[in-house]
Amino acid sequence: MCETCGCNITPGNRHLVEPGGKHAHTHDGHAAVAVLQNLLHENDHQAEHNRAHFDRARVLAVNLMSSPGSGKTALLEATIDALGGALGIAVVEGDLETENDANRIRAKGVPAVQISTGSACHLDAHMVHDALHAMDLVGIDIVFIENVGNLVCPASFDLGHHLNVTLLSVTEGDDKPAKYPVMFRAADLMLLSKSDLLSVLDDFRPQSAETALRNLANEAPVIALSARSGAGMDAWLAWLHDVLAAHRAHLRGGETTQPTVRSDGVHAHRHGASAAEAAPQ
Amino acid sequence: MHELSVCQSLIRQAEAVAREHGTEVIVLIRLSVGPLSGIELPLLERAFTVARCGTRAARAELVTEALPVRVRCRTCHAETQTPPNRLICGACGDWHTELVSGDEMLMTGIELEMEESHV
Repeated sequence: MCETCGCNITPGNRHLVEPGGKHAHTHDGHAAVAVLQNLLHENDHQAEHNRAHFDRARVLAVNLMSSPGSGKTALLEATIDALGGALGIAVVEGDLETENDANRIRAKGVPAVQISTGSACHLDAHMVHDALHAMDLVGIDIVFIENVGNLVCPASFDLGHHLNVTLLSVTEGDDKPAKYPVMFRAADLMLLSKSDLLSVLDDFRPQSAETALRNLANEAPVIALSARSGAGMDAWLAWLHDVLAAHRAHLRGGETTQPTVRSDGVHAHRHGASAAEAAPQ
Repeated sequence: MHELSVCQSLIRQAEAVAREHGTEVIVLIRLSVGPLSGIELPLLERAFTVARCGTRAARAELVTEALPVRVRCRTCHAETQTPPNRLICGACGDWHTELVSGDEMLMTGIELEMEESHV
């Protein structure tokens, strides 16, 4: 929905529903009903519920997305070690099968709930909601939701998280943002993982990956890091502390934090000359 | 391949609208979808033929409109059409743009078979 007035009308679709628009007429013998609803309305509704749950607990929820094998779980293990208990962490793990990743996190002394999606290629807000029933948020500052390894489907589903972090490991192509624009456009932070391998790879240029991200009009910061060597971890931890502080400031002001690009296709838009004129209708 | 879950959600929403209007029969569902929504229209159309079975939309037609990707430049203010993986200004080449359209996944309308008295 539009954040200004609660409608779902954007400059791109306004012409469809204005008087005289092609959807405003009644069809022969049938009632034509104009609706403007996101196709994932049910998911989005559940996602808002999840976000409110996180907000009540003053928790920041971070959605980690990437290809399989780009090092999401290794990053979380290294993050838990590097934080040394400075922040309360909990993890929701999404995989098609096994509890392997949740067990790796639990071995670090951090609570983890595993969602086994079966054959589903992504997490949705309902699965995360069920997982949250099994998670005590008392004493938790950040919940990481490790999405199913997949650069396509997870980008379309709001889970109720606050920020998207997308990993691109340097063993993949540096043109991945151009190949998977929906995923990388949604990134609030792009991590170039396994950076310790850059010295033995001659075909991955971090600058090319960043250029491909900018070509998606994405201003998100880019951090190269290695969970194994620890290089770049300081910048990642500093980002986490910054976004947590910003989120808490939003909460104090009675607001929440949302990913810059929302998966429900809502973007900031003006109704007429100024937002001030677009009073709620 | 998440088009089937999207389709099931879409049909449940259309059925809710049909219920509000007191009819059992959805004749047509209209969608507008942009490439940056992550939904592939041909896949969605095929998934629809499976997902509609046994619902109020069992005989419904799906009419889809593919929306273009358009961006507005924050530097030169031009509005141009772009490919989905290159959202830079078509006029000046700057990447500081905002999306005007192309990420929609919207149900824009449905048509219902109504009792005579309701038409």
